[in-house]
Amino acid sequence: MYLSLSDRPTTGAEPRQTGGRVSRTVVTLGIVSLLTDISSESVSAILPLYLTAVVGLSPVAYGLIDGLYQGVSSLVRIAAGWAADRTDRPQPVALAGYAMSAVARLGLIFAGGFGTISAAISLDRVGKGVRTAPRDAMIAASSDPAHLGRSFGVHRALDTIGATLGPLLAFVILWRIADGYDTVLVVSLGFAVLGVATMACFVPFRTGAVRRVTPRRSEPRIKAPKVRWRTVLTPGLTRVTGVSAVLALLTIGDGFVYLALLETGGFAAQWFPVLYVGTNLAYLALAVPMGRLADRVGRVRVLVLGHLPLAAAYLCAATGSGMLWTTCAAVLLLGVFYAATDGTLAAVAGQLVPETVRASGIATAQTAVALARLVAATGFGLLWYAVGPRVAMLAVCVVLVAAIPAGLAVMRRAVR
Amino acid sequence: MTTFWAKQRTTVFGAIVVLVTAGVTAYALSAIAENDRRTSTATAATTTSLTQIEKGPRILFRHTGRDADYGHVGAVALADPGGARALTDLSCDRVYAQAESISCLTTERGVVSRYRATDLATSTPGKAWREVDGADLPGLPSRTRISPDGQLVASTVFVNGDSYMVSGFSTRTLIRRIGGASYGDLEKFKLVVDGRRVAPVDRNIWGITFADDDRTFYATVATGGRTYLARGDLTERSLTTIADHVECPSLSPDGTRIAFKEADKDGTRWTPAVLDLATGRRTVLAGETHSIDDQIEWLDDDTVLYGLEREGEPVSDVWALDTKPSATPRVLVSEAASPAVLR
Repeated sequence: MYLSLSDRPTTGAEPRQTGGRVSRTVVTLGIVSLLTDISSESVSAILPLYLTAVVGLSPVAYGLIDGLYQGVSSLVRIAAGWAADRTDRPQPVALAGYAMSAVARLGLIFAGGFGTISAAISLDRVGKGVRTAPRDAMIAASSDPAHLGRSFGVHRALDTIGATLGPLLAFVILWRIADGYDTVLVVSLGFAVLGVATMACFVPFRTGAVRRVTPRRSEPRIKAPKVRWRTVLTPGLTRVTGVSAVLALLTIGDGFVYLALLETGGFAAQWFPVLYVGTNLAYLALAVPMGRLADRVGRVRVLVLGHLPLAAAYLCAATGSGMLWTTCAAVLLLGVFYAATDGTLAAVAGQLVPETVRASGIATAQTAVALARLVAATGFGLLWYAVGPRVAMLAVCVVLVAAIPAGLAVMRRAVR
Repeated sequence: MTTFWAKQRTTVFGAIVVLVTAGVTAYALSAIAENDRRTSTATAATTTSLTQIEKGPRILFRHTGRDADYGHVGAVALADPGGARALTDLSCDRVYAQAESISCLTTERGVVSRYRATDLATSTPGKAWREVDGADLPGLPSRTRISPDGQLVASTVFVNGDSYMVSGFSTRTLIRRIGGASYGDLEKFKLVVDGRRVAPVDRNIWGITFADDDRTFYATVATGGRTYLARGDLTERSLTTIADHVECPSLSPDGTRIAFKEADKDGTRWTPAVLDLATGRRTVLAGETHSIDDQIEWLDDDTVLYGLEREGEPVSDVWALDTKPSATPRVLVSEAASPAVLR
């Protein structure tokens, strides 16, 4: 293990689970994510059809709405992390995030035009941005530090089950009711409400709180502490964020990998939309094993080396020349990459900052990665058209493979 | 308060689960009942046989009545578009026809939806249409057109990059020779914008209309947040912009004018308009006050057709509009979309 935690004060407001079992809070948060993802992914699956076929938006207008998806989330994430730390209450901040997305579902049912629909979708994404870092901070706070990777693995696996069930549910509804988009939206709202209710009822208000609260009214209220960037940006977090952002700059986005596979002709065009299901399934199956592996051999090592399957996916997509097995390998390797890196990043970031600023620390790392991926997608698009998909993919693959040992070296120094 | 909540939260949660489940189930059941009622209702429109309609010039369309024939291809006589319609068993999301060819774009819904373009031939009036060619499509059907001689077929789909963490969106437009080779993705054609050869990353191409020389076509090219009208050449595999601010072009039967939809400044509302190719003069048909989102079709050299959804009702009608600036639109075929005029 690279992470040394002996100097961390353990002043958690609630006892941590230290045995072999995953904390109940982590499982509950996983179920909340599962319900919420059924809700959001069932809508995502029908949104293109719904917007273009029923609401009657043209491709360009739909493109604009889709663009909203990407930007909004990162911006609010840091603010929400800061709010969770400042109030020392990640639970209500995360709950507010889940509630916003539920309200957005309700809005989508009644939305009829471009303006109202983009407002509803933005609100949904703001909600997602708000809840992510406080929720990950609660997972970190409720877990035995020795099994942190596994805890995040369990949460991400539950989350991905929801993401896989959502489109399935939408399909069943549309199969039974020819134009059942409204029914999908109503069912989606139902799952969103159940997610919020689970969070409100079964994740205690003080989950993840660090400072002791004063039970007696006579004592003066403890002044809310300032959250300073100096406290958040520990040398460890700065390096991990920096390295993760650089690696994220070499993460070109699944969409491009799928398009490259389409280009090399490894499958009939009709299977294009099925690719992400394969990636999801690999992620789902490997989230917990990868978390355990991270706990055993070192989270930073898994976080950085988790980019190797990504490089391998690029290699398969670039050189596959249309063979079925390279297509399948590329799709599954993407899932391995997410399983190794997504939860691990939050686990690592949460441990590199003092507990009082954990949500801010996690939010900082996640936002840096999200923004770097946006830049990467744009940059790679340019490269794609300049030199063609194969050469572009191979180039990124080579740079990524070279960057991995360098990243490992920098991070190792950071967290020792 | 805290202990009260600790005791009661399970009850509160149980109550929410019951309420949500009951509400959602009730909604879904009524939607199922409504769906079944609708799909077993015969159409309210007057019907006739296809043999009768195929004897003369006609308009092919997608029937949009909320009945058992919803989404099926229908036809009315050009001489009596408001009269009896023939309804077929062919179901299409978008349909177009020229000469003896029909293009039908479909969605096969599934956990993962699949999309397909099917080409049919109508050689003998009264005989069943015969499937002659087809292709899988990489996304959601948007537009389809056939060349005047019935040889070339174009299709535009929305490809939505379904992916775990990054979402993307673009259109993909393909041209094929029916029963022959594909010209491939039009984004791979040479592109000349305002006289300069460019290769922008963000290019999107949609809405093809064919000239009658089996080689020239027109399309919308979007890049850098602007839309252009481009003239395409299948032999040279090139696209050259000739005007800007044009979407979904449609060439008039005499080949002199382009009907299109013109976006407002936000790009979310469109008004039908006509561009004279020789003079570059534009006429905005502001008599239509609704936003039009369809590829326009020509009824004759002075009248355009387009599908428009009724307000608050998922039923479209085909409207006709004279190309004079002051003209007002009228319903030509009710409960119809995706019109194609077969002269």
